[in-house]
Amino acid sequence: MERTIYREIPASRPVIQLAVLLGGFIAAAAGAVLYIEHNGHIVTGMNNQIVWGLPHVFAIFLIVAASGALNVASIASVFGKTPYKPMARLSALLALSLLAGGLAVLVLDLGRPDRLIVAMTEYNFSSIFAWNIYLYTGFFAVVGVYLFLQMGRNTPYSIVRTAGTVAFLWRLALTTGTGSIFGWLVARSAYDAAIMAPLFIVMSFAFGLAVFILVVTGMCRLTGRPFGKSLLNRLGRLLGIFVALVLYFTGVQHLTNLYAAEHGGIEWFILRDGGIYTQLFWFGQVLIGGIIPLVLVFHPTGGVKPVSTILASVLVILGGLAQLYVIVIGGQAFPLDIFPGFQASSSFMDGQVNAYSPSYLELLLGLGGVALALALTGVGLKILRILPTNLSDGNVGQTP
Amino acid sequence: MNLPALKFSKTPRDMNRRDFLRSGAALATITLAPGVTLMSFGGEAAANADAGKRWGLLIDVNKCSQDCSACVSACSKENGWKLPENPETDAQWIRKVDLKDLLTGRESSLPMMCQHCEDAPCVDVCPTGASFKRKDGIVLVDKHACIGCRYCMMACPYKARSFIHEPLTDQKAHAPRGKGTVESCTLCVHKVDAGGTPACVEACNTTGNGAMMFGDLNDPESDIAKALLAYPSIALRADLGLNPGVRYSNL
Amino acid sequence: MRRLVVALLFVTGLLALPAMAGDLGPVIPKATGVAHIEGNLFMRINHMKLMVHDRDMTVHEGDRQVKYSLKACVECHAVNGHDAQPVAVTSEKHFCRVCHDYAAVKIDCFECHNSKPQISSSALLKPEMPDSTEIAAYLKEATQ
Ligand code: HEC
Ligand code: HEC
Ligand code: HEC
Repeated sequence: MERTIYREIPASRPVIQLAVLLGGFIAAAAGAVLYIEHNGHIVTGMNNQIVWGLPHVFAIFLIVAASGALNVASIASVFGKTPYKPMARLSALLALSLLAGGLAVLVLDLGRPDRLIVAMTEYNFSSIFAWNIYLYTGFFAVVGVYLFLQMGRNTPYSIVRTAGTVAFLWRLALTTGTGSIFGWLVARSAYDAAIMAPLFIVMSFAFGLAVFILVVTGMCRLTGRPFGKSLLNRLGRLLGIFVALVLYFTGVQHLTNLYAAEHGGIEWFILRDGGIYTQLFWFGQVLIGGIIPLVLVFHPTGGVKPVSTILASVLVILGGLAQLYVIVIGGQAFPLDIFPGFQASSSFMDGQVNAYSPSYLELLLGLGGVALALALTGVGLKILRILPTNLSDGNVGQTP
Repeated sequence: MNLPALKFSKTPRDMNRRDFLRSGAALATITLAPGVTLMSFGGEAAANADAGKRWGLLIDVNKCSQDCSACVSACSKENGWKLPENPETDAQWIRKVDLKDLLTGRESSLPMMCQHCEDAPCVDVCPTGASFKRKDGIVLVDKHACIGCRYCMMACPYKARSFIHEPLTDQKAHAPRGKGTVESCTLCVHKVDAGGTPACVEACNTTGNGAMMFGDLNDPESDIAKALLAYPSIALRADLGLNPGVRYSNL
Repeated sequence: MRRLVVALLFVTGLLALPAMAGDLGPVIPKATGVAHIEGNLFMRINHMKLMVHDRDMTVHEGDRQVKYSLKACVECHAVNGHDAQPVAVTSEKHFCRVCHDYAAVKIDCFECHNSKPQISSSALLKPEMPDSTEIAAYLKEATQ
């Protein structure tokens, strides 16, 4: 095993092509934002019943994935697993970029993004939202320092390890905070559950690792750097464990809700009667985002093929978006029960399942956030020594 | 549904920065411009939000007629929001809800608006503090601080809030409204501050139904407090323990 | 700090204008009612701070007798258009726009607030002339 060498990625033709593609997505999102800003949210699919739409699905996905993307670094520095060490820098960089992308989407979907300064200067400390602003800025600081220390030529391992531990704990807090945004909404039966916070943590493990796998293999491929087959297989199996955990916690979430009588309505809505939400739940989240990836990575013969892990990662991401769509939008679509025992109707959709059809503007905004996150990662890779020149099995000490 | 005791506590949160500012206003102005005295700052005109009061409504569902929406049109006229043409996205500060008892089939109807909770979830979740409760219990949005995040709309158990989806022009001078912010019933705070009654209550009385009563819940001599004492009434979603200032009787 | 510098530059520019040739600076429309006791200079520099302070007084404390109410600004400072009706902020003749266009300051107040005086409240604000009987009674009292 030779020493790991980190090198900036060269501005080769495929790298430039990728940059142009991402730039196109970012520009499209910027256009969408200006258009929404000018005309008001009337041009989006949102309404007074579904107030958080597709941009929030993307934003929350990116924020959750950000903390999960740090996993590889945590496993390397905190738990001392050698094969992961060469990838720790990329893991930290990706975490920062994903968070930036997610926050950008969140902020640009505000009714008054021009008042961002108000959000940063006026705090209401009883709001979990305001606390999250601290958690997010803190995450940038902590992970930034951690990345810096990793890249220092002679930083003693103990210091890197301490920084890694702090970053690890911070990321747990961050995901708990994001999950609590929903957990605190006592008014809505879909969200009023303590399980939300741990559920979001395991979701972050799975989504973050899936994104990481795709980025690291993609970048290695693009720059012609080797990536070990059994290293990928190892990451794939880890992803499998996280996916199983997500399935388990989702099961617990729905079973406990079914048991609690007052949540029965929303449960049957998601599991049986919810139309698009039911389909997204069973086919999107459970099948595509859960069962198929599990089979792919744990299949005795097929599981060792690199393509299985790559495909599983793609499916986990798609399933994750479906899961968040069900949580965020399905939860709002189900009517509030203001008058138990009565059938209610009004001009304001009382007692009705609320309709939402996302506009392409919202899709562009969400995809723009993803593109921004990837572009930031790319810029980081271009100017910093983050990506190892050789991640072959022999080089990272991974025994096949 | 059972009714929790009406409690009117004064938490430290009610004593806010602005209590302090008011007393320090004269000083603040002097540092602003040395040598200039601003006589109107001394605080000689008493603020109208009185911490001793708690404004509320009592709605008698029996007296509310199913095909009457005088309260809704009065509110829309007073505050300058147009009656919904596009009910999914247009703002609705007050709405009529038609109810049918699932067991008996009995039909009734009632007006719904911001319930002016004592422990308002919208106030708790608002990241910038734009959602706030006045000392006299009226829950408002300070639209100067609202960033349009809509977390309050997620948190409200009554669907009382609307987001302004489109640019507006020619608003009412006493009810400024604009794109990208959240709004809801203000209990006609501009009228209440001038000693008046909310437009919906006035309109309801004009129709002769007299289903809505407005007053100070803290004043044992007020009609509303007497009525609450004499007849049973409920708070909507009483299970959440928010102690709303709007109560319904004969539901 | 930056704001102070901008305001001072702006005001010095304004003061220096008469010395220079004619139509360079903004021509501030005349207002009705009593002028500000603090003086025009003070108002030019501080109007935003005053309004923000009084805005909080109104919105949070319910104090509706504040001096620097935006409602009142547009009453006294109404500018009439060709139709002899007060213009909205969409017109560049509007009081608040004359300077701001010149100084390239963008304000969002009129996305929500009405920029034209409203008949109902303007009736309350316009100083009314005492009618002849009142004047007669006053004169009688004064000469006694
Ligand atoms: C005499 C010229 C003048 C007039 C008339 C005037 N302003 Fe201003 N205003 C200014 C200048 C100059 C600034 C910029 C000060 C600075 O940036 O430091 C300003 C700034 C402001 C600001 C703060 C803007 C910001 O983003 O910081 C507000 C709010 C404002 N004006 C409101 C008004 C309103 C409302 C009116 C009409 C009632 C009005 N102004 C009329 C000169 C004027
Ligand atoms: C009672 C009527 C009245 C009200 C209310 C009023 N003003 Fe004035 N204002 C005047 C008068 C009169 C003048 C002097 C105009 C002149 O000198 O031509 C003046 C002057 C000014 C000036 C200086 C203009 C210059 O020529 O430099 C500014 C700025 C100003 N006002 C802003 C405001 C703002 C902002 C408000 C609302 C907070 C306001 N005024 C409310 C009557 C009023
Ligand atoms: C998003 C909408 C919105 C915007 C933008 C806005 N306001 Fe307001 N403003 C309100 C509302 C709502 C009230 C409360 C009116 C009431 O209770 O009578 C208010 C009240 C006020 C008041 C006290 C009432 C009055 O008319 O005097 C002042 C002063 C004020 N605003 C100043 C401003 C200034 C200055 C700006 C621009 C910098 C501004 N506002 C921008 C919505 C807005």
